[in-house]
Amino acid sequence: MAITLTINGKSETVDAAPGTPLLWVLRDHLQMTGTKFGCGVAQCGACTVHVDGEPTRACVTPHDTLEGAQITTIEGVSGDAADAIRNAWVANDVPQCGYCQSGQIMAATALLRDNPSPDDAAIDEAMSGNLCRCATYMSIRRAIKEAAAAL
Amino acid sequence: MLMRDLGIIPAQKADAAGEGPSPYVNLSRRAFVGGAGLFVLGVTLAGCSTYVEPEIDADAFDLPEPGASPLTEVRGGDATPALWIAIDRDGAVKITCHRSEMGQQVWTSMAQIVADELEADWDKVEIIQAEGHERYGDQNTDGSRSVRFNFHRLRVAGAAMRQMLVAAAALYWKLPVEQCSAKGGLVSNTQNDETLSYGNLAELAGKLEIPAEADITLKTPKEWRYINAEIPSLTVPRIVRGEGTFGIDVQRPGMVYAVVARPPQLFGRVSSFDDAKTLEVPGVLKTVRLPDARPPALFQPLGGVAVVARDTWAAIEGRRALEIAWAAGPNAGYDSDAFAEQLKATARASGKVRRARGDVPAALAAAKKRVSAEYYAPHLGQTPMEPPSATAEWDGDRLECWACVQDPQSTRATLAEALGIDKENIKVTPTWLGGAFGRKSKPDFVVEAALIARDVGKPVKVTWTREDDIRHGYFHSVSAQYCEGGLDADGKCTAWLHRTVFPPISSTFDNTVAEPSDGEMGMGASDVPFAMPNLRVESGNAKGHVRIGWLRSVANIYHAFAVQSFAAELAHAAGRDQKDYLLELIGPPRKIDPETEGAKYGNYGASLEEYPIDTGRLRNVLEKAAAMAEWGRKLPAGRGLGIAVHRSFLSYIATVVEVAVKPDGSLSIPGVWLAVDAGTVINPRHVRAQMEGGTIYALSNALYGAITAKDGAIVQDNFPSWRLMRMREAPRAFEVEIVASDAPPGGVGEPASPPAAPALANAIFAATGHRMRTLPLIGAEGSKLKLPTKQSA
Ligand code: FES
Ligand code: FES
Repeated sequence: MAITLTINGKSETVDAAPGTPLLWVLRDHLQMTGTKFGCGVAQCGACTVHVDGEPTRACVTPHDTLEGAQITTIEGVSGDAADAIRNAWVANDVPQCGYCQSGQIMAATALLRDNPSPDDAAIDEAMSGNLCRCATYMSIRRAIKEAAAAL
Repeated sequence: MLMRDLGIIPAQKADAAGEGPSPYVNLSRRAFVGGAGLFVLGVTLAGCSTYVEPEIDADAFDLPEPGASPLTEVRGGDATPALWIAIDRDGAVKITCHRSEMGQQVWTSMAQIVADELEADWDKVEIIQAEGHERYGDQNTDGSRSVRFNFHRLRVAGAAMRQMLVAAAALYWKLPVEQCSAKGGLVSNTQNDETLSYGNLAELAGKLEIPAEADITLKTPKEWRYINAEIPSLTVPRIVRGEGTFGIDVQRPGMVYAVVARPPQLFGRVSSFDDAKTLEVPGVLKTVRLPDARPPALFQPLGGVAVVARDTWAAIEGRRALEIAWAAGPNAGYDSDAFAEQLKATARASGKVRRARGDVPAALAAAKKRVSAEYYAPHLGQTPMEPPSATAEWDGDRLECWACVQDPQSTRATLAEALGIDKENIKVTPTWLGGAFGRKSKPDFVVEAALIARDVGKPVKVTWTREDDIRHGYFHSVSAQYCEGGLDADGKCTAWLHRTVFPPISSTFDNTVAEPSDGEMGMGASDVPFAMPNLRVESGNAKGHVRIGWLRSVANIYHAFAVQSFAAELAHAAGRDQKDYLLELIGPPRKIDPETEGAKYGNYGASLEEYPIDTGRLRNVLEKAAAMAEWGRKLPAGRGLGIAVHRSFLSYIATVVEVAVKPDGSLSIPGVWLAVDAGTVINPRHVRAQMEGGTIYALSNALYGAITAKDGAIVQDNFPSWRLMRMREAPRAFEVEIVASDAPPGGVGEPASPPAAPALANAIFAATGHRMRTLPLIGAEGSKLKLPTKQSA
């Protein structure tokens, strides 16, 4: 059944089976591969997108529940917090392989939007759902603090 | 900064993007121009007047056809400039990277080496990812050796090209070459400040003779501008926008998606299956029965049934609906708990001697004090965040694959064998790898994609779900080790016995092999750098029941865990400071050759002349890390510092870990201090990242990681049961010091891992008095150490 979704401000009509998670609609139907698959069970955060501004695991969110919602992905996330995060990520070369980093950036951007000067506990809270096997945690923490200072 | 994509054209962009230049278009043309782009007139101020760079017409020069490249066999392989570098007329410098980018920043480091000698303008540098082909020499991005293998020849290639560009400018200006100099992508006339840009000179330069190595002047280290500099990553600006193509991201026109139901046990088989319900799942197109795997495992796929669908989710749902009766096969009896007891029993009995000095039995008998300990470490999974994924396209004669592989050449050879077609008809291009850690050096998943693509006649992407990755891996080997030491009346160590037992990686390639290989023994056991008068290293045999494979730093992980833990146990028995005692065990600065004591030692494929085992360098990093951590400082109750030092992949690393342990056993890591001597370093910023990453990877495994088997099948399935360290558990502080060195480059991607676990266990002992000898220390659940019930001796 065709469904219209609003992704990064654009209307996209997709025809996927009912219940198909947003992740696979983005990746396989819309060729928006910036949002990654890491676990499929809401344990790793690689698939994090924003739904109406809230960080959301696309791997467990059926796409057909999202009509009318504003969906934002790594390809489209913008604004002061996103810019500050991207700049700090580049300045610190945060990513190693980069695979988890779309999700990390989406989580960190949402954190900074809600809390422009997060302390360590707030960073732990907001970022502990995002696994990084390359273990860039030290750099992520540093970069979030730099981004907050730059805001 | 412009960067070229990987030659994978997203389906919807195929027309707009067009075909990128072939990565080796220049080989046949011998010219350096990539063909794309227009000449850009350079306008600079020379003296007082405006200088407009003239456009060079290379055809106006009647030059003899140049001879064959004299640089095909320099140290490290072919350094022919056109193999590695193409310069477009617009000045873009395209550097071919033949190694796989998996987060170690090899695109950036390879480019730094070439661009430095080339005197390129860094902002003009782009990377072209090489496909798998012998012309590049070794492409196996494994063993922490991309820089070591290629440093020299890439310098030669860059310098040769620079000299040819200078020679072209001299020819154009009719000047002696001494009056021309290259810098930042321009050749200057030193007499009058006129310049010619590389893009303008490239075509003429391509018509000149390639200089012989003897005529090439490499820069001195003092002249380096990109080597040993904190150059920002070439991949990161794209990663932060969700751009770049990982294996799982490849798109091809008309592509379908597949997942595979694999037998739970190694060499299990499908006895029968019913796909009626699968075919009713919306979006499922068909199922494909894959050939059964037969011993030895090699890189062959595991067999099973593939479900092909119009998207990945439909394939996953279709797989869920499959009804398969499995025949369990020869490994159905594998139980990792029972096997652990077997390994430990083997480790208690004498084994095959792999290195011997003095008379250990006599020295132990004469010792004033004898100490012994058993260590156990379980199987681990590499679990890169990007699971294995491959796309294959078969046109009836030719196969093309794009995949996150560490070695496109072995992938190509494996595909040729599996499909029974000529290698010349197979093209394999590595994508970016979303982490690899050894998993992606095994191309079984690419063969799956190829077999399915041949069956369905459409491009196919095979995705491994996380469950697939965890259950069907090439696992880090499980090990039991026995250590015994003798101390004299002064507490000095007089005897060292280390016995190690584990199923070897060779069992994956020949299932009759049960004896640890020299290579594995040389990772932390037979190369132990200790000076006591009596030393003996033994191995015991163990059979493999799952596929055993490399995992970041390989056998060094469990060997360093036992050796560096036991060194601390001896220090404790002697009533000495752990760091001081470790220095004493290492002994005075000297060079060690394990072969003089009966070991067969490969030294990571390098000679001991060029890359000695230098205890001076080992001592140096140990003292540095201790100083960084303020070793010996007073700590509050429940806190402790632990230290460990290890040489692997030709680099020396010492790590100090501080732990805070609450009375209930819950643990946090306030700090880590690490000193590394990796010889010549290309990019200190990225070396630091590898030190942090390699350490935390190992801490995560040591605290939480265990792959176990029951009835031959892997018990863990996804991140709750296979656990990784998270942000809140990560160290609070992490300091890295890189020792300045002009020694040849060592490895960086792996060697930070081995000292991490023993430093952690030693810190826990310092904090609690409990000696932990079994990994993992916490496990998949909770935050509390599995503290032993009785105090250590
Ligand atoms: S893929 Fe969604 S949380 Fe892991
Ligand atoms: S950067 Fe590789 S998984 Fe996070």
